[in-house]
Amino acid sequence: MLNSISPSLQRPRLRCCDASSCRSAGSGALLKALETARSNAGEAAEPLDIEPVGCLRLCSQGPLVALDRPEGSSLFGGLSAPLAGALVDAGSGTDNNSSLNDHAIDLEQPFFALQHSVVLEGCGQVNPESIDSAIAHGSYEQLRHCLQELSAADVREQIRRSGLRGRGGAGYPTGLKWDTVALQPPGPRFVVCNADEGDPGAFMDRSVMEGDPHRLLEGLAIAAYAVGADRGFIYVRAEYPLAIERLRLALRQARQRNILGNNIFGSQFDLRIDIRVGAGAYVCGEETALMQSIQGRRGSPRPRPPFPAQKGLWGAPTLINNVETLAAVPAILREGGDWYGAIGTDSSRGTKVFALSGAVVNTGLVEVPMGTSLRTVVETMGGGVPNGAGVKAVQTGGPSGGCIPAALLDTPVDYESLRALGSMMGSGGMIVIAESMAMPELARHFMRFNVNESCGKCLPCRAGTVQLEQLLTKFVAGNAQASDLEQLEQLCQMVQTTSLCGLGQAAPNPVLSTLKYFRQEYKTGCEPATAGPQPWA
Amino acid sequence: MTSSPPRKLRFATVWLAGCSGCHMSFLDLDEFLFDLAEKVDVVYSPVGSDAKLYPEAVDVCLVEGAVANEDNLELALLLRQHTAMVISFGDCAISANVPGLRNLWVGTEAVLDRSYLELADQGGQYPHEPGIVPELLPKVRPLHEVIPVDLYLPGCPPSAERIRLAIAPLLVGEKPLMKGSAMLRFG
Amino acid sequence: MGVITLRVNGVELAVPAGSSVLTATRQAGAQVPVLCHLDGLNPIAACRLCLVEIEGSQKLQPACSTEASEGMVVKTDSDQLQHLRRMAVELLFSEGNHVCAFCVASGACELQNVAVAVGMDHSRFPYQYPHRPVDASHHLFSIDHNRCILCSRCVRVCDEIEGAHVWDVANRGGESRIVAGLNQPWGEVESCTSCGKCVDVCPTGAIFHKEDTTAEKHPHAERAQRLRQAREQHQWHHP
Repeated sequence: MLNSISPSLQRPRLRCCDASSCRSAGSGALLKALETARSNAGEAAEPLDIEPVGCLRLCSQGPLVALDRPEGSSLFGGLSAPLAGALVDAGSGTDNNSSLNDHAIDLEQPFFALQHSVVLEGCGQVNPESIDSAIAHGSYEQLRHCLQELSAADVREQIRRSGLRGRGGAGYPTGLKWDTVALQPPGPRFVVCNADEGDPGAFMDRSVMEGDPHRLLEGLAIAAYAVGADRGFIYVRAEYPLAIERLRLALRQARQRNILGNNIFGSQFDLRIDIRVGAGAYVCGEETALMQSIQGRRGSPRPRPPFPAQKGLWGAPTLINNVETLAAVPAILREGGDWYGAIGTDSSRGTKVFALSGAVVNTGLVEVPMGTSLRTVVETMGGGVPNGAGVKAVQTGGPSGGCIPAALLDTPVDYESLRALGSMMGSGGMIVIAESMAMPELARHFMRFNVNESCGKCLPCRAGTVQLEQLLTKFVAGNAQASDLEQLEQLCQMVQTTSLCGLGQAAPNPVLSTLKYFRQEYKTGCEPATAGPQPWA
Repeated sequence: MTSSPPRKLRFATVWLAGCSGCHMSFLDLDEFLFDLAEKVDVVYSPVGSDAKLYPEAVDVCLVEGAVANEDNLELALLLRQHTAMVISFGDCAISANVPGLRNLWVGTEAVLDRSYLELADQGGQYPHEPGIVPELLPKVRPLHEVIPVDLYLPGCPPSAERIRLAIAPLLVGEKPLMKGSAMLRFG
Repeated sequence: MGVITLRVNGVELAVPAGSSVLTATRQAGAQVPVLCHLDGLNPIAACRLCLVEIEGSQKLQPACSTEASEGMVVKTDSDQLQHLRRMAVELLFSEGNHVCAFCVASGACELQNVAVAVGMDHSRFPYQYPHRPVDASHHLFSIDHNRCILCSRCVRVCDEIEGAHVWDVANRGGESRIVAGLNQPWGEVESCTSCGKCVDVCPTGAIFHKEDTTAEKHPHAERAQRLRQAREQHQWHHP
C-alpha cells in the first residue's frame, strides 16, 4: 500500500512527511521549500501536488518525501530544504533525479516489503489536515454504510468475527467488550478512545492520530453506533500537541460536514465527541484512572469489578478502546470480519503496529501480521543492531513488559507467546537492546519510570517500587549481597501480586524478565560473600 | 551420683546509640535479676560488668541502640564475631528509632551544623577530640543492617516483663515465641 | 433481603446479600487486617492488607471492596497471605517517619496493631526518612505528615460524611500527600467545620488534637459508621 499510488490520484504528487518525527528532523522547512520551489518552477511544475502526510514509516531516515508518478512511487530520505528544487523537478519529470540518488530509499527492502498496512493504510497517504483528502481515501464510507444499512448487532457481529483484540496491551476481545456494553440495561452509554499512549518507546497511536485522524473518528463513531452511545471522548496525552491539534481540526471538519452531530448521514444516530487532554500522568492510561480524569477528578485507579463496560463514566456503561483498535474498525467493516480474521494467528488475529526503536538500523513504524517473528521484525526489517553488533534482547511492552533474549528471537509476536516469555505485547513499543547494555541498569531505568509514575494510591506500587529501585541500584553499583537478590525477587513477587492496578502489577516485569534470562548479570552485581553484611560499601 | 552443674550462659548487654532506657528497663527486672545472676555469667554489660573489652564465646547478647558512630560499628562487628545469639534490644536497635531521626539531614556535616552551630547559644563549634569522640557515620542504621541479628525484642523500652519473657526461655535453651502484643509492640 | 452462603477458612456461614467479603470474614471469626478500610466509609482497596484468596480467582482480591457471592470459598490466612501482609507492613513503616516512642497515638495506633498482628518485629526494607511537614495552623488540630500512611480515611470521612471535602491527595507515588483545601495551611481552609471527624478516623497519630501528647490520642474510628447508621437507618442510640 505504501508504494502504490492511490487510485484517485491522477496527477504526480509529492508526499512530505509532516508527522512529529520528521518534523523534528526539519520537514516543516522542507515542506515550505517544496512549495516555493514549485512556484519558482513555473508551468512545468503546475500539475504537481504537494501534500503534507502522516508517518512514512522509516523515521530514522527523516525527513522523508514520497514521490508518486504514473510509473510508480519512490521514497527519499535524509532530505533538507536545499533539495526541494530537485524533488520538484523529479515530480514534474524535468530531471532524472541525479542529485537525489544518494537520498533514494529502496521500497523493495524488507522494512517496507514485509509491512501489511491495515490500520496504517491511510497514514502517509492522506493529508491529515484535509477531510476531503480523507474522504477521497474512503473515510466515513463505512460509518455511512453502518448507519444506513447495518444494525448495531450486525456491526458487532463483524467485529466479533474479525477476532480483533484490544491493542492497548491486554488483548481483550474487542467484540466481546462491545457486546458487554451494548447488552447492559437501557440507559446512556459512553465510548472512549484511550489515546494516552504513555509507554516509553511507543508511538503507534501518535502516528495514527497525526497521520489519519479521520480514520480514528470513524472507528470511534462506528463503535458508538454499535454499543448505543451518543457521547464519546478521546483522552489524549498532553505530550502529543500535534496529534491534539489534528484531532481538534478533524473534529471541527467532521462536525461541519454533519458527520458528527445529530442525525448523522440522515439516520437517527447522534454523536458528540470531545477531546480530553491528559495532564502528564502515565497511570491515566489505565482505564479506571482515565475515566476519573475525564470526569475532572484525580486520576487514580479503582478496583475492578465493576468494569467500565458495566459502570464507567458517571456510572454508565462505557466502552474504552485504544486508538489502534478503533483505527482497525473501518477496514474490518469494509473488507469484512472474516477477511481481517484470516490475517495473523489463530489466537491473535489481524495486524499489529510496532514502534521499532533502540539499537536498530531502521527505526520507525512497522505494521505486520500477528505471528510475525521477532527476528523478522528486528533483524530482517529493522536491519539489526548498527555496525553489525549483536542483538542482546528485545524489550516489548515498555515499563510493564519484559526483555526477550536474542536466543528467543524466533518467537512469533502474539499475545500468548510474549506473555509466556514473561513479557507482553503491550501497546507495541519494541526496543532493541544491544549487547553492550547491562540488564540490571535497564531494569532500573524502567523501575525509575514506575517510581515516577506510580499514582501513590496503593501501597505496594507506591512504596515497593521505591525499594525495588534502590535494590536495583545496588546491583548496578556492584555492591549487592546475595540476600539482596532474594529480597529483590520476593519484593517483585509482592508488588506483582498485591498492587491495585495494572501499572503496579506489571512494574516488576522488567526486573523479573531480565532476572529470568540474564540472572548472571545480577550475580555479577553481588559482592563476594563475607561473614556478614557489609554496611558501608 | 553427682553431675557437674550445667554450664552457665555467658551473657552480655551492649549499649550503642540509645538513651539507655532499655538498660533501665532491664534493671527493672528486679528480683528476676537474682535468678538471672544464678544462671548466667554477665561477661560484658554497662550495668552488670566492669569488663572493658568485649569477650570471646558469648552465648547471648542484648544490644541496645542503633549504629550511629564508628565506635558503635566497631563494637557491633566485634560482638557479632564472638556471640552465638545477638538480640536487637529495643526500638533503636530495631529501627534506629529516635537516633535515626538525624537521617532527615543528609550527611554528617549537616547534622553537626544543625546540632553544634545552628542551635548553639553562643560559641558553637564541632566536637573534635580524635581518639576520644568517635566520628559519626553518614547514616544511623538499625543493627540488622550492619550485622545479622538472631532475635528482635521491640519496645521503647521493652517492658521488664517482656524482657523476662524473652530471656527466660533462652536460659533453658529455647527460643522465645515473639508473638502478640505482649511481645511485639513497638513504642 | 436475600442471604448468601459461603465458606471462609473452612467455616460455612450465611451473610446478607450485598455484604463484603470482609464482613463475611469477620463473621467467620477471621482476623483480616485493614488500614484504609473503615466501616462507614466507601472502600478503596488501597492498603492491600485485606487481600484474600478466593477459589477460582487467579488474583488475590481485597476483602473490603469485593462482594461476597454464593458458594464463594475464601481463605484469609495462607502462608502466602501472611508473607505478603508482613512485607506490606514493613513497607508502610519504611516509607514514613514512624517513631512510636513519642507519637500521640502510641498504644491506640492501628498501624502499631497491624504490625503486631502480622508479626512484624523489624523491617527488612531500609527506612526512607522522607522530608514531610507538620501543619499546626488549625486552632484545634494538627496534621503530622510524617505519620501519615495515605489511607485517605480523612479525605473520605470529610467528603462522604461531613460533606466538606477539606482533604484531598496531591502529588503522586512516594510524593503523595494529603492536602487541605487547595494545598493551603489547614487553618486557612474556610470549608473546614472543625468537626474533628478526620481526627476520629485517622488510624495513626497523623491527625490529632493539639492538646494530646505522647500516647494520649483516643481515636473514635467507630463514629463514621455510627453517623452513617444514624443518617441512613435513623439509629441514633448505640449500646
